[in-house]
Amino acid sequence: MADATTLAKDFEAIVGADNVMTHEADLHAYSYDSAVLPSKAPALAVRPTTEDQLARVTRACNQKGLPLTVRGAGTNLSGGTIPEQGGVVILTGALNQVLEINEEDLYAVCQPGVVTAKFAAEVASRGLFYPPDPGSQAVSTLGGNVAENAGGLRGLKYGVTKDYLMGIDFFDVDGEQVTSGSRTVKCVTGYNLPGLMSASEGTLGVFNKLIFKLVPPPQASQAMMAVFDDVQDASRTVASIIRNKIVPCTLEFMDNVTIRTVEGFRGAGLPTDAAALLLIEVDGHPVQVKEDAEKIEKICKEEGVRSIEIARDAEHKGQLWQARRDALPALANFRPTCVLEDATVPRSKMPDMMTALGRIADEYKLTIGTFGHAGDGNLHPTIMTDKRDKDEWHRVEEAVNAIFEEALGMGGTLSGEHGIGIAKSQWMEKETSPATIAYCRKMKAALDPNNILNPGKIIGT
Amino acid sequence: MAEIQELIKLLGELDDELVGCMRCGMCQAQCPVFAQTGREADVARGKLALLDGLAHEMIKDPKGVKERLDRCLLCGSCQAACPSGVKVVDIFLKARAILTGYMGLPPAKKVIFQQLMTRPQLFDKIVGLGSRFQGVFSKKASEVMGTSCARFASPLGDRHYPNLADKPFHKTQGELNEPRGSSGMRVAFFPGCVTDKVYPRVAEATLKVLRHHGVGIYLPHGQACCGIPALSSGERKSFEKMVETNLSLFEKGDFDYIITVCATCAATLKDVWPMMVEDDTRRERAKAMSGKVMDISQFLVDVLGVEPGEAHGGKKVTYHDPCHLRNSLKVTAQPRNVLKASRGVEFTEMPEAATCCGCGGSFSLEHYDLSRTIGQRKAENVGKSGAELAATSCPACMMQISDMLSQKGENTPVRHVVEVYAEGLK
Ligand SMILES: Cc1cc2nc3c(=O)[nH]c(=O)nc-3n(C[C@H](O)[C@H](O)[C@H](O)COP(=O)(O)OP(=O)(O)OC[C@H]3O[C@@H](n4cnc5c(N)ncnc54)[C@H](O)[C@@H]3O)c2cc1C
Ligand code: SF4
Ligand code: SF4
Ligand code: SF4
Repeated sequence: MADATTLAKDFEAIVGADNVMTHEADLHAYSYDSAVLPSKAPALAVRPTTEDQLARVTRACNQKGLPLTVRGAGTNLSGGTIPEQGGVVILTGALNQVLEINEEDLYAVCQPGVVTAKFAAEVASRGLFYPPDPGSQAVSTLGGNVAENAGGLRGLKYGVTKDYLMGIDFFDVDGEQVTSGSRTVKCVTGYNLPGLMSASEGTLGVFNKLIFKLVPPPQASQAMMAVFDDVQDASRTVASIIRNKIVPCTLEFMDNVTIRTVEGFRGAGLPTDAAALLLIEVDGHPVQVKEDAEKIEKICKEEGVRSIEIARDAEHKGQLWQARRDALPALANFRPTCVLEDATVPRSKMPDMMTALGRIADEYKLTIGTFGHAGDGNLHPTIMTDKRDKDEWHRVEEAVNAIFEEALGMGGTLSGEHGIGIAKSQWMEKETSPATIAYCRKMKAALDPNNILNPGKIIGT
Repeated sequence: MAEIQELIKLLGELDDELVGCMRCGMCQAQCPVFAQTGREADVARGKLALLDGLAHEMIKDPKGVKERLDRCLLCGSCQAACPSGVKVVDIFLKARAILTGYMGLPPAKKVIFQQLMTRPQLFDKIVGLGSRFQGVFSKKASEVMGTSCARFASPLGDRHYPNLADKPFHKTQGELNEPRGSSGMRVAFFPGCVTDKVYPRVAEATLKVLRHHGVGIYLPHGQACCGIPALSSGERKSFEKMVETNLSLFEKGDFDYIITVCATCAATLKDVWPMMVEDDTRRERAKAMSGKVMDISQFLVDVLGVEPGEAHGGKKVTYHDPCHLRNSLKVTAQPRNVLKASRGVEFTEMPEAATCCGCGGSFSLEHYDLSRTIGQRKAENVGKSGAELAATSCPACMMQISDMLSQKGENTPVRHVVEVYAEGLK
């Protein structure tokens, strides 16, 4: 590896001196992401401002054998942007243009650094709808969303990022442009590379342009909050709603620990003695919305709901959803460190998973608040702790392992939406098989012979 | 420079506060500096990580950290939105003090804070000289005033700054000790430096409004600066002195509230004094005073019950939320209601009213280009609102917005909310 000054000069020739960072303090600011993992600073950070620069930077890294980590907003929760093996961090912040919103054919073309919420707002201003709404959408980038296959509150009905990715342009390690997918709804031209790139976490290529599907927005919606005295009743209600062929756009769950913490945080009048809450929203044609809402109310009653509150107007709806939005902040305020897990189980296994989580909290003497996307079976058991307490931290690590064990045992998955990164790579084989890992490694070795694209992530080293 | 081990130890005391940042990155959406630069070291998360890195010896360069820490408006937008409730501004103020203690204050700042601003009389005199000779000695004036909160009389670069007032407020106005009037209330008035020296008309308007409502006024002479410029430069000793001067002055009066017209002063008196004063008894005294501090609009609406009138037409006026009022004191509705209650104007909301104007006190001096890009956006938004008049609740914001509008070639006047209200009174 060449020395840092020469390296910086080489990259400066491509992106200009302003866009190469070499100072220790600047580099330290690219040493972490939102995962609770040890940080590691890169040797350099570069910020391409054009697609051509992005290609040249990628090629230069490969030629010099430098590990390369692309960074969007750095909000991933699995260590995906920690440059564990040093090398170069490529920032996509300057590649932030929405290149086209096509209202006739319902698609949009974006650069990877566009912030999700800004994109959604721009689409909405044209009377269209881009549904994926990760909790981090105010800051996360579309490139990061694709690389993590991010989901959101609307996943149940509208799907996740990959369901909207129609086409992609990316650079391979040689800086050559690869194009796949199209602007048409149907496209079977060759390998499904947009599919391959979804959730690839920067290990297979550097995204340059993304084509997203847009949909018409729903005409009406109705939100409600159902309060339960028994977690099992709440879990059964979820299963029953789905079984009755109603697909709410959102179906969120909060357990008692979360309810109490949220109430302590905002004092909005939540029932602190309730075992669980379900926050449900249906949307679509006004007639269907009304019908679905009535059916859901009936199902809740059949399953033993304590009370059900229907949003009267937009303001009241906002108040109901505030409780859900408060879940993470409230839990995060409670103790210094908050470990947000992402284990996901088939929906019918929700009751079992809840029981298991209660047992794990007792066994490892930890406070775990659980909330999440009940409709997807995607729960966020959140362990509230202090990473400086060595003994407690050790128990946290063991509890996390226990959670994975349980989820996998129920036919679930390690990660519903937060990705594998370095946080869970050692678990990959357990969920899949040795052959799967071997296959992925072979594929990676063929596409990235110098192993420079985010090395060590997902499939380990 | 002191021993680096000592620095690490001091920073270690921030550990309990630093550990609360879960690196979620949500502050990126709020930070006006990050919005311009896109650099992680410019947003709260990055700066907190740098401090943490320094405290845990992962970074070896305190100077590099300090430079990045200083690229911050202390606007508190990040803190207001932080899900973990990290007290970002407190941490930054404390860290700046620690780092300045370690590296020492630059000589110019030393003179300004230690010799000048701690002595209100001398400070006033120098500024007085500056105002008389500002045409001739503009360079000199800039050095003296350069680092104070709002960069009054600082003809650096091509900014369009208002002149220092011919006569500061405290010169034209004697001490006041007026009895309670029809309202049965009595307030102490803390105009703050920028109002005193650049916008005495804001202070005059305040007196008019208070009298109109039958409020007794206590206005002692010899008020010192609130101390935030010193503190945000890390100069704790001078800060402590200024607080003492003000506390002992106001403790002599008998009043129900201390009224401010400067958002920064308001937040400093109310939040920063009780938190940052080091001397224990003094801190208790500051705490006792804290409950009485009120922004003028807040006082008019929450205490005197001024209510928005029916729309009566007139000049369109828009409102910019000063960060310290919005983020620290959560005062946003009251100034708007005062405008809606003002005769002769019609209120209209501007886009992004709540985003920072880019002033940030000495930030705008040290990072003028950045400050200007942030401010230009504010000026554009004022334009978009179609307002003929821009109002706000902070004299420093007034200076920044005037500068930006003027550079844009717009001659939209900029007024303090209390001025607009006062004008409508018979
Ligand atoms: C408070 C909070 C709430 C969250 N809520 C959700 C949620 O509801 N649903 C959800 O799914 N996730 C959620 N997340 C996780 C995270 O926000 C998402 O994974 C998001 O998609 C990451 O986007 P980013 O721009 O921050 O990407 P980064 O974290 O910067 O990067 C993520 C991965 O993408 C790769 N990458 C980024 N850009 C490119 C590119 N141009 N080419 C190739 N690879 C690239 C990186 O190398 C990295 O591996 C949340 C996180 C936080 C902190
Ligand atoms: S929003 Fe708060 S917790 Fe999140 S990164 Fe910023 S300072 Fe840290
Ligand atoms: S105080 Fe303002 S400028 Fe400073 S980091 Fe926070 S949001 Fe950014
Ligand atoms: S905050 Fe107020 S008193 Fe303090 S320096 Fe600024 S104007 Fe002066």
